Amino acid sequence: MSHSQASDKLMVELRDLNKWYGEFHVLKNINLEVKQGEKIVICGPSGSGKSTMIRCINHLEEHQKGDIVVSGIPLNEDIKNIEAIRKEVGMVFQHFNLFPHLTVLENCVLAPIWVKKMPRKEAEAQAMELLERVKIPDQALKYPGQLSGGQQQRVAIARSLCMNPDVMLFDEPTSALDPEMIKEVLDVMIELATEGMTMLCVTHEMGFAKTVADRVIFMDGGQIVEENEPHEFFNNPQHERTQLFLSQILQH
Amino acid sequence: MKYEMQPTLPPPASMVGVIGWMRKHLFNGPINSVATIVVGYFLISFLVPTIQWIFIDADWVGDSRDACTSGGACWVFINNRLDQFLYGFYPEAEHWRVQTAFILLIGSIIWLVMPQTPKKGLVAALLLVVYPVVAFFLLYGDIFGLETVETHLWGGLSLTLVLAVVGIVASLPLGILLALGRQSEMPIVKSVCVIFIEIWRGVPLITVLFMASVMLPLFFPEGMSFDKLLRALIGITLFQSAYMAEVIRGGLQAIPKGQYEAADALGLGYWQKMILIIMPQALKLMIPGIVNTFIALFKDTSLVLIIGLFDVLAIGQAANQDPKWIGYSTESYLFVALLFWVFCFSMSRYSQQLERQLHTGH
Ligand SMILES: Nc1ncnc2c1ncn2[C@@H]1O[C@H](COP(=O)(O)OP(=O)(O)O)[C@@H](O)[C@H]1O
Ligand SMILES: [Mg+2]
Repeated sequence: MSHSQASDKLMVELRDLNKWYGEFHVLKNINLEVKQGEKIVICGPSGSGKSTMIRCINHLEEHQKGDIVVSGIPLNEDIKNIEAIRKEVGMVFQHFNLFPHLTVLENCVLAPIWVKKMPRKEAEAQAMELLERVKIPDQALKYPGQLSGGQQQRVAIARSLCMNPDVMLFDEPTSALDPEMIKEVLDVMIELATEGMTMLCVTHEMGFAKTVADRVIFMDGGQIVEENEPHEFFNNPQHERTQLFLSQILQH
Repeated sequence: MKYEMQPTLPPPASMVGVIGWMRKHLFNGPINSVATIVVGYFLISFLVPTIQWIFIDADWVGDSRDACTSGGACWVFINNRLDQFLYGFYPEAEHWRVQTAFILLIGSIIWLVMPQTPKKGLVAALLLVVYPVVAFFLLYGDIFGLETVETHLWGGLSLTLVLAVVGIVASLPLGILLALGRQSEMPIVKSVCVIFIEIWRGVPLITVLFMASVMLPLFFPEGMSFDKLLRALIGITLFQSAYMAEVIRGGLQAIPKGQYEAADALGLGYWQKMILIIMPQALKLMIPGIVNTFIALFKDTSLVLIIGLFDVLAIGQAANQDPKWIGYSTESYLFVALLFWVFCFSMSRYSQQLERQLHTGH
């Protein structure tokens, strides 16, 4: 896999990012730059702040110190900026979070119609195209509850892509799935990566990291402990905590 | 000769049917048998004369109390006053207007309750938005050549329905706003909503009605008369909206956080998120709770008699004072109770059925 899709334009910049939950210091001086087209895999033990970090990027969580710039837009109190950033950033959740009262197609056209004011016809055509890409166009008129977990997660990816995002955030997209469904979701993500999408993925799928990642980031205790290109990261981890984590992960 | 299959013989009578059922449930042991006999004795000694009084010995038709001679209930009394029980003092020639409003209401409710009917959303919107306007002009008149019927003439069951339906329909949007406000992150909005809700929930409806009829006019300039019914409606709506807000809050809390986050992540604004994603899911969960508060309100409307409105109970009491019919108040109270029971029982059955559907539906 070529790792040379990245251009020089910065899509996500985190500078000295700090966040507290009350007294608890969850994120400590996080610095991260993601260029356009780059694919970043974030791993680390449970509770290390991975979700919190990527959720700060589209302001699902508020940060207290430091700067976040997405696609050139600074994330600050200004609600306009937050809205603008959310239009550029798609997010896929561990538990899919599809809207259960809407059909698959309605799930996909909702945001384009209401947020981007796209005509319904156009939104539906685009949604069908994307459902085709995640290989479930025949499920368009079903409700999420009628689909398998893997199918739901692919719908969730299509729903995000319908907003034409510049950056995609994935928060453990396969960890709620039965093993036989993990591959169908990873395949969609790999295809998305080859097409040049900028991606930040929290995942413990090391095969995926080796295939598509430009960089792997290891977090522990709210800090970025180690950051390297995948080959070096897996074969030659520098820090003790990284080595321990990798040995635990690769055991099974 | 043809042989025909004989139907299989039923099990012996002691195992099935009335006797079998009684064996199994009523006489399955010495203590239970004694209890059954004692309770049965009291039930029969109470029920038999009651049924006799209500149905067998009762008088049904006639023009005056002279028709009531057989010693049972005098339903002639109710029969003669039926119009008042249903319409209060609404002019007889205009009763068709009340009937039309009622049929429109029942028709659209049946439409919504039936499982197969299409366009439920549209009908619900019409019922909540257009119907109140239509019903008001139908009842009040003063438009399209309809004779004006002042609200002090409204009464009976139709007034009870007006109070309950307006109370519930008007308190729904107010309750939604209060519930959202209570969840709000803006401290001022939040505390205003919490205080509002807690004040109304801590006061009995009867106090609210007194205040609405006595105190509300003090806040308005002298000479500005303010319809008594309207005052009661405002009081009931504010009171009811606090309860509604709590029902709605319960529904909102049942929606998983992931739904809010998915909507946020897609860039939906606050109102888009609430109207398109959260409320449609929450409302479905809230219908049983809303029906239950409606039942409570429906019964509470009878309190308006203390501020001089003639709901169906007040009509019954007024009828009891009629010198021509002295002595038949049992009949009128029974009849009023029956009317309330029929409405409340059907609503409660509907809400139970809905709850079962909700439990199996997802
Ligand atoms: N809303 C919250 N309030 C308080 N603590 C939280 C909250 N969300 C997460 N945390 C804590 O922050 C830490 C990091 O959480 P998270 O980012 O979800 O970790 P990860 O995704 O790496 O497993 C954990 O210790 C967690 O308990
Ligand atoms: Mg996490």
